[in-house]
Amino acid sequence: MNNVSSSAARKPHKRKSSVFLNLLVHCAAILTVAVLVVIVGYILVMGVPNLRPELFSVEYNSENVSMLPSLVNTLLAVLLTLVIAVPLGVMAAIFLVEYTTRGNKFVKVVRVTAETLAGIPSIVYGLFGMLFFVTFLKWGLSLLSGCLTLAIMVLPTIMRTTEEALRAVPDSYREGSFGLGAGRLRTVLSVVLPPAMPGILGGIILSIGRIVGESAALIFTAGTVAAIPMGVFDSARTMSVHMYVLSCEGLHIDATYATAVVLLIIVVLINALASFAAKRITKA
Amino acid sequence: MSEIITDQKTLVAEGGIEVAPTKIAVNNLDLFYGDFHALHGVNMDIPANKITAFIGPSGCGKSTLLRTLNRMNDLVEGCRIEGEVNLDGENIYAKGTDVNLLRRRVGMVFQKPNPFPMSVFDNVAFGPRTHGIKDKAKLEEIVENALRKAAIWDELKDRLKKSALGLSGGQQQRLCIARALAVEPEVLLMDEATSALDPLSTGRIEDLAIELKKDYTVVMVTHNMQQAARISDMCAFFLLGDLVEYGDTQTLFSHPVDKRTDDYITGRFG
Amino acid sequence: MKGIKESLAKVLFTAAAGVSILAVALICVFLFASGVPAIGKIGVVEFLTGTVWRPASETFGILPMILGSIYATLGALVIGVPTGLFCAVYLSRFASPRVKRIVTPGVELLAGIPSVIYGFFGLVVLVPLIRQLFHVQVMSLLAASIILGVMILPTIITVARNALDAVPDSYYEGALALGADHERSVFRVLVPAAGSGIMAGVVLGIGRAIGETMAVVMIAGNQVQIPSSILEGVRTLTTNIVMEMGYAADLHREALIATAVVLFVFVLIINLAFAALNARSKK
Repeated sequence: MNNVSSSAARKPHKRKSSVFLNLLVHCAAILTVAVLVVIVGYILVMGVPNLRPELFSVEYNSENVSMLPSLVNTLLAVLLTLVIAVPLGVMAAIFLVEYTTRGNKFVKVVRVTAETLAGIPSIVYGLFGMLFFVTFLKWGLSLLSGCLTLAIMVLPTIMRTTEEALRAVPDSYREGSFGLGAGRLRTVLSVVLPPAMPGILGGIILSIGRIVGESAALIFTAGTVAAIPMGVFDSARTMSVHMYVLSCEGLHIDATYATAVVLLIIVVLINALASFAAKRITKA
Repeated sequence: MSEIITDQKTLVAEGGIEVAPTKIAVNNLDLFYGDFHALHGVNMDIPANKITAFIGPSGCGKSTLLRTLNRMNDLVEGCRIEGEVNLDGENIYAKGTDVNLLRRRVGMVFQKPNPFPMSVFDNVAFGPRTHGIKDKAKLEEIVENALRKAAIWDELKDRLKKSALGLSGGQQQRLCIARALAVEPEVLLMDEATSALDPLSTGRIEDLAIELKKDYTVVMVTHNMQQAARISDMCAFFLLGDLVEYGDTQTLFSHPVDKRTDDYITGRFG
Repeated sequence: MKGIKESLAKVLFTAAAGVSILAVALICVFLFASGVPAIGKIGVVEFLTGTVWRPASETFGILPMILGSIYATLGALVIGVPTGLFCAVYLSRFASPRVKRIVTPGVELLAGIPSVIYGFFGLVVLVPLIRQLFHVQVMSLLAASIILGVMILPTIITVARNALDAVPDSYYEGALALGADHERSVFRVLVPAAGSGIMAGVVLGIGRAIGETMAVVMIAGNQVQIPSSILEGVRTLTTNIVMEMGYAADLHREALIATAVVLFVFVLIINLAFAALNARSKK
């Protein structure tokens, strides 16, 4: 080939394009990390000094703009949504993994619809929730309407993660159980589910993150009343919705920063929990 | 190229026995994977324009040694090397060595055929393009020559634009050989290059290796003793990281000096 | 007894699996039942290509919003795709294990930050910054594109990285053995080999960008107009819904639902593309 000296000991020179690509790769990584650091850092720096005790008053009013009711509501929304979505999602995944045969039509439809659900934007969920739960079923703007909407939204996440977890359980476990004369149900409940638990837990944590962060699907379903609801048919504003309402009003910028801090801390905790669960999975 | 290569013609030593010049000289080579001492003080001279085979039971270090010859072991984390590997008298582990240039001079064919997921043409042209050849006519010429040398031109000349992944295993391996030849290496390393192939494809690649030694120095690792006996000129037997015996293939198989070699080639272990 | 329990369980599991079918069916029925008649009343052509949105005079054209969504998504891609792809390459083939252990949770955190926080950050940091730099309008397509670009980053990084990680090492070794350096091996062999997986990540990012609502509504300006520059305000399909749904009635309300129908169709197309790419990358 064209004038290459045979000397292996010649000083290596990097191709210009390689130097350039190398630079781009590192810039992109630095940029990504920088964006995260700037966003989180900015919210923390601006918000932490504004975390005043009255922001955690039991009663919300336009003076104290307390976030405590929304915080409680977020917790309620997470619990109620999970109570609905987790059994459904886990059972659906059990069906897909343990009860089906290859090439089943019904299974294909289930998969396609679950994938469709995963791609629908939250605002469309919000509209659907408004049309169906709020108006058609006449449940009004309520915690229940909101949580059912969220439950449909996180259902594909729970189904997918559970399915993956179940598939990761070796077939030898099932064979062993069948070999001892256990039925399918007993095999699933006592042999397959336990080792899949960390994976399922990971899906649940992912879903919690989504519920906590959601706002577009809740505004028209759970409404924006900033009080702790007396029942599931009362309207309830979650943290993210609270944050949205505050920043739209633009009157309480300090309180908005503080709310953002609390929301961010919750998200960081959920993420930490998720990666902890993920480590458990890889160990198991 | 430098004078070292120009006087590479076969030398005739006194007594009329042919002695090929040394292409690669391995001097006191020790290799460690972390704490594991994988190769112990290996010394060997690999002659130019011959086929040299490394044999031995799996885990004996033969593949490891092969991969030190083009520094593929650099990729292994915790891999440390002491000693020298001289290619045409220059230590490839010397500071400042251009590893990419080295690998261009010392090509490699792997155990499992690994054509890139692109067309046949692009596979063969990858190397020349990497080394700066852009001219289309020139590339076509290189690709054709490489495929001819790998004895696969006739089979593939109408399928140059088709994906290489659609070829049979044997074709894929010969394509990989063509791809290696397209960068005009001086040495060709073959790492159990036929172990994933059927006997017919294996035979073709063996014939090819014999053909190739006219222009190249071929070093091959094989787990197949018959193969080593069939096609290699020189043979090295490894055991547990030691080079037990190295010499002329015929001599090694007929009159092994070391008892362990004898045990191995007569099938008493491994 | 055991038989009854078994078949009961099977029915229950099957029913649970049917929920996702039911949900999609209900979503379609309720959206289309309200949205499609409205499109009929307004006229398909008038609705999709009309440039005037004036609920007071019952004029409903959503072309500005369709274009707004497309522009904002394109803007997000311009920012998110190169950054995301190169970052994925970094995490897959350049970073040391130690750096990976730090950066990967960072990317996950980026994915977990709620839309409202992105929107708020855009509102208090990005929008004033753009105003200072360009001395123009406060909220704009540019701000929306940047924030959306950041929001789709984790999606693209994660999917592209998984695709790159799945490329067999033998490709990389093969390229190195031909004398290619690390960069060339990665970009000329591994990245093309992971092509459809990377594209799937981009499509998923498009889906996320086009569906994003709350972050956009806080920073995009929301004027009904076809922006002639990235420094002008823009309204997207999603923000059109969220801005007016609170008080809309009758045909206005139905027109908003019809907006969601259009969005839904966009998303379905994107989903199909994603599924097709996924099937290809698995092959």
